[in-house]
Amino acid sequence: MRIGVVTFPGSLDDGDAARAARIAGAEAVRLWHGDPDLHRVDAVVLPGGFSYGDYLRCGAIARFAPVMESIIDAARGGLPVLGICNGFQVLCEAHLLPGALTRNQHLHFRNRDQWLRVEATNTAWTNRFAPGQEILIPVKNGEGCFVADQRTLDQLEGEGRVIARYIRGNPNGSQRDIAGITNEAGNVVGIMPHPEHAVEALTGPSLDGLGFFTSVLRSLAGASADGQLAGGQQR
Amino acid sequence: MARVVVDVMLKPEILDPQGQAVANALPRLGVTDVSSVRIGRRIEIDFAGEPDLDRAREIADKLLANPVIEDFDVRIVEDVAAEVA
Repeated sequence: MRIGVVTFPGSLDDGDAARAARIAGAEAVRLWHGDPDLHRVDAVVLPGGFSYGDYLRCGAIARFAPVMESIIDAARGGLPVLGICNGFQVLCEAHLLPGALTRNQHLHFRNRDQWLRVEATNTAWTNRFAPGQEILIPVKNGEGCFVADQRTLDQLEGEGRVIARYIRGNPNGSQRDIAGITNEAGNVVGIMPHPEHAVEALTGPSLDGLGFFTSVLRSLAGASADGQLAGGQQR
Repeated sequence: MARVVVDVMLKPEILDPQGQAVANALPRLGVTDVSSVRIGRRIEIDFAGEPDLDRAREIADKLLANPVIEDFDVRIVEDVAAEVA
């Protein structure tokens, strides 16, 4: 399985994301922001950082990168896409996910290990977790406060599209303690904390982040089996 | 010069922690009669030819503002020199 990791100018966590994909057992493929070719990847990670300096709004410029045009099209066709931190912001700016990430309510950059409760386990990126499982992964953001109008928030909750919530403290003021959400199809997931930083005992607070990467491998293996049964209608 | 000014403001229902921080600092300057401060962004777009409000609106909607959390307003500045002065 080939997991693509995009590098924008200003991406910081692309190396760690590629590493996490490898540790999970995938082949990591580096994708360049200026190259619209997705190089036959089976899934894509948009990593954390400060794409294009985040000068206008976080993720606003990255959304128009040539690679994003291809990713937006492919995501609408079912390609699994995980946006972490800045990647989550890019997905919101690209309207692949609803809502927006705004300045932390307390205005401070927050960097710490954070407990989350995984709530939706039917997505491409969370199917290896148990519903309600509590996990510990690092959070590090200045603009991670998730906001959306009440109707959108109610819809996300009603459709089970909140994939993870902050517990034991909300680090940024996100509405309803939302840490991550998914789209209607469950192939696009955005999460503010960093699963790719929690995949090895040496450097992370846990190995809980690995579940996101092994989840997409399982979902791809399932899709591949389905594809064979259906006569090999694979991409 | 053909200039269009775009004002981008957070929607009223969106919390503005920057504005709140400024409002909270005002009493330290001895200012006590301000009830609220909201911070936005002003963008000046200079067109090579005639100012094009529709084009400016499109730029604002697609790039300058995030309609999920922000409202924007576009207007033509007739006399740039007077506006600057």
